[in-house]
Amino acid sequence: MTTPCYDEMREPDGTVRPAYDGYRQWLEAQPPGLLKRKGVEAEAFFRRTGITFNVYGAADAEERLIPFDPVPRIITASQWRKLSRGIDQRVRALNAFLHDLYHRQEIVRAGRLPERLLQGNAAYLPQMAGFTPPGGVYTHIVGIDLVRTGEDDFMVLEDNARTPSGVSYMLENRETMMAMFPELFTRVRVREVSDYPRRLARSLAACAPAAFAGDKPTVAVLTPGIYNSAYFEHAFLADQMGAELVEGSDLKVEGGRVAMRTTRGWQPVDVIYRRVDDEYLDPLSFNPDSVLGVAGIMDVYRAGGITIANAPGTGISDDKAIYSFMPEIVEFYTGEKPILPNVPTWRCSEPDALAYVLDNLAELVVKEVHGSGGYGMLIGPTSSKKEIATFAAKLRARPDNYIAQPTLSLSTVPIFTKAGLAPRHVDLRPFVLVSPHGIDITPGGLTRVALKKGSLVVNSSQGGGTKDSWVLDD
Amino acid sequence: MRLAIDHATTYHFAGPIRRGLQRLRLTPLASRGQSVIAWDIECDGAAFECGYDDEYANRVTLVSLTPGTREVTIRAHGLVETRDEAGVVGRHSGYLPLWHFTRDTPLTVRGERIAALVAGLDIGASGDQLATLHALTERVRAAVVYTLGASDVATTAEAALLAGRGVCQDQAHVFIAAARALGIPARYVSGYLLIDGRAEQEAGHGWAEGFVDGLGWIGFDVANAICPDDRYVRVAAGRDYRDAAPVKGLTSTVTPAEGAEPQSDALSIALSVQAVATA
Repeated sequence: MTTPCYDEMREPDGTVRPAYDGYRQWLEAQPPGLLKRKGVEAEAFFRRTGITFNVYGAADAEERLIPFDPVPRIITASQWRKLSRGIDQRVRALNAFLHDLYHRQEIVRAGRLPERLLQGNAAYLPQMAGFTPPGGVYTHIVGIDLVRTGEDDFMVLEDNARTPSGVSYMLENRETMMAMFPELFTRVRVREVSDYPRRLARSLAACAPAAFAGDKPTVAVLTPGIYNSAYFEHAFLADQMGAELVEGSDLKVEGGRVAMRTTRGWQPVDVIYRRVDDEYLDPLSFNPDSVLGVAGIMDVYRAGGITIANAPGTGISDDKAIYSFMPEIVEFYTGEKPILPNVPTWRCSEPDALAYVLDNLAELVVKEVHGSGGYGMLIGPTSSKKEIATFAAKLRARPDNYIAQPTLSLSTVPIFTKAGLAPRHVDLRPFVLVSPHGIDITPGGLTRVALKKGSLVVNSSQGGGTKDSWVLDD
Repeated sequence: MRLAIDHATTYHFAGPIRRGLQRLRLTPLASRGQSVIAWDIECDGAAFECGYDDEYANRVTLVSLTPGTREVTIRAHGLVETRDEAGVVGRHSGYLPLWHFTRDTPLTVRGERIAALVAGLDIGASGDQLATLHALTERVRAAVVYTLGASDVATTAEAALLAGRGVCQDQAHVFIAAARALGIPARYVSGYLLIDGRAEQEAGHGWAEGFVDGLGWIGFDVANAICPDDRYVRVAAGRDYRDAAPVKGLTSTVTPAEGAEPQSDALSIALSVQAVATA
């Protein structure tokens, strides 16, 4: 790839950009070999705290450390203000959209979204029709994946309204940086992220159901258990929020509420932050064989006895065919032009688009509409002719299962390598909390970085790493 | 007509219950063809947990089974005033779009037998959906002969066609699958039926509804070859029996007695539907 990319640290002439000025001054004053030494420390730190990630598809599915890079990714206060406005607008639209999909579907009636995207879509849950979750909130926690191609050019790559993960890395990355370079944070003023668990707890508590009575809503984190790849995050967030970590077997329906087993007997739960997929949430409503959920929780939910975060059925908005309509969706519900654009997307369900995509597979990225995590996709420029031919056959067989996007020249941020600082491609996942009180965007988020030179795949499941993400304080 | 209904379902469990839930759709609601004068659900061996309206606007009651009990009785009873609307239920309401009722469900998957059943029944020719659905009723009635004991609650439409026998539920599922194959939205209805000279019945009734442009939802009772009239009480509706089932139970975790031979659970139903004089 020879396309010039936007280097977030340096101008094309090598001058350091204002965002990185404070960091550069600090770095130049450090003894040589510091970053190398700190890199080893960071790894030991992570091994001790135990942030690991299972790679699906790996034969032995062994736990693997997500590499952490000690060079921060830095965003200025003014860039962040603009980004925040765009994220806020998009998240407002997402919640209005979800409410509409499960009620009158005005957007379909208005001819702005094709009905076929909902028909037969397993992520659209009829069980949610006609029901409004407590406080009207569908996506209590959202992760918006952003990519950058220029100074002011941020685009949304995908929306994660189902179960955005990775926030524990954001928190641990900051903690690691502060432990390794305490004086750096006295030199550069960086906005805090460490209060995220407190804000999450507050945001969830603000969504208590009608049946809640008392001073303080009880929040619990529902995990599928220790074999889940994100179990660490579930335990970590519960611990940080001061909430109970529970499994399905710790919960039952009692007195019209969902109750959890405690040392003081069964106690009602008001808000459940569940990390169990819709399909496994309630064997009476969904997969009857599931033992990960709670039988009857959907009944209690519809009767106003519990808040489920995120609401069941929000996954429909993560669908990549739906994503391709997000500019229309934002405009339909907010009456405003989208502040944050989508990445240009071809819908392979449309014959002209399909023809173009088939002719240009070598330059494009093709994704399954229901896929996530970088699985089942084709990255044209790095694929062999044979891989492209195989993929073309799949594409022809089920065109409506795919969308395609240009191979973007993602911005780069330096990482620390044996040969010194070297630019690598990054994306950004800000975490957004939604409650009836408003939308709360954590400054920064999770920066994922493709550690291999030239690679554009940042997914941790495909060899990506992470960085601490800074938003500078004015 | 005023109908008095008393419907008791008793579950005899092989051993004491550890934990169990039952989702009841046993409450008729007012609609074009009926008004509910009085209705109540009583449980013995189970406790009320919560009630709500589901996605099909059915009234749902969740009850939990009392741990330790071996027998649970759910009794729904009351008075319903019915009117003969010649099967017309009326316009589509609720938040699920009509296309939702054109899609296959596990019990109504369309296979080659459904395709064969609707062959020649082209609504395009006459454009008359109502006549088509009446013709379909006759075809289903001939293809699936009403027979007790030839099927169960898990029998699919295709399987019922293969067997050529079944009960009202099977006939309704075949009708629904076939109507959908013709592009007509269709749904399942569970309820009660007044049968002349037979106040005491073995089970509740089930039939189908098809959506006809201009008229809305219309009931078709294949088993009796008519559109529901004032002898029918509509209780719940959905895409198939599973959505509208009067009782859906789960996790009745039974602990068999030490060394005892495993016994299967048993169920008995006492249902009476009678016309009563209006006061």
